[in-house]
Amino acid sequence: MNSEADEKTGIQPDEADLLYQRLNREAEATGYHLNPDQEFTLELVRSLLINQQRFGYPACPCRLASGKKDDDLDIVCPCDYRDQDLNDYSTCYCSLYVSDQVLKGQKIAGSIPERRPVRKEPKMQESQAGQNNLSSLPLPVWRCKVCGYLCARENPPGVCPICQAQQERFEKFI
Amino acid sequence: MSATKHVSGADKGKLLLFALSTCIWCKKTKKLLEALGVDYYYIDVDLVPHDERDEVVAELKSWNPQSSFPTLVINNQKTIIGFNEPQIRTELEK
Repeated sequence: MNSEADEKTGIQPDEADLLYQRLNREAEATGYHLNPDQEFTLELVRSLLINQQRFGYPACPCRLASGKKDDDLDIVCPCDYRDQDLNDYSTCYCSLYVSDQVLKGQKIAGSIPERRPVRKEPKMQESQAGQNNLSSLPLPVWRCKVCGYLCARENPPGVCPICQAQQERFEKFI
Repeated sequence: MSATKHVSGADKGKLLLFALSTCIWCKKTKKLLEALGVDYYYIDVDLVPHDERDEVVAELKSWNPQSSFPTLVINNQKTIIGFNEPQIRTELEK
C-alpha cells in the first residue's frame, strides 16, 4: 500500500490498516468473516473511511447515501441486509463480509442483487407491537436489526453484545 | 447532465454507466470497460451536487427502478445491473 496519505481523501494508509484489523477481529470474534481478498477488502475499508468523513457514519460504499443519518441507518455498515445476503448469496452486498464457503474457497463472492426496499418499509413492528397479545409481557423485547439478537429489557443496550451494532440499530420487536 | 464524464475508446454504441465513486463493483466495471477499450460515459452519482442529484437518480430509476449501482445502459435500450462480467463481455465483444 502507499506510504503517503491519499491525495484526494487525506486518508492515511495506517488508518485503513487499523480499521481493517479491527473489523477483522470483530468479525472473527462474532462468527463473521471479512472477504479474504485483502486488496479488495482494504479498498472497501478505505471507502468506508471516506463515507465516515463525508457523513459522520460509515455508510455502505456500494449504495447511495442520502447524508441524513435517519434515512441511511439501514445501510450503515454492517447493514441490515448483510445476514440475509450471507445466507442467500454467501456475501453481503459490497462483499466486505463473506460466508464460510467463500473463506474456504468453495464459493466465489460476486456482485449480487440489491435487496434494500426502494421505499423504506413502514415500521410495522412498532405499530403492531401494541396490538400483540404478547404485549402483556413484563418487559419489551428489542431486536438488533443487524444480527437479530433479542433481549427483554426497558431499553435496548447501548451496543449489541453480539455484533457491536449501536443502540440506534435496535427496533422494538414485541 | 453536467456531471457526466467521458472515457474515449472504440465505438460500441452509446454506453452510460451510473456509478458511485466509493463502490467497488463500479470500479471493477470501469476497469473492465477500460480493458475492453470501449468508448463510454459515466456519472459518479455520489459526487453529483444535491440540487442536481434528483434529476440523475430519476434518470437512473427509469432504467433500473431499484436505482442500484453499477447500472450500465447500452444504446438507450439495454441495461446491465451489477458487475456482470460475462454479460458485459457478451454485449461489447460482439
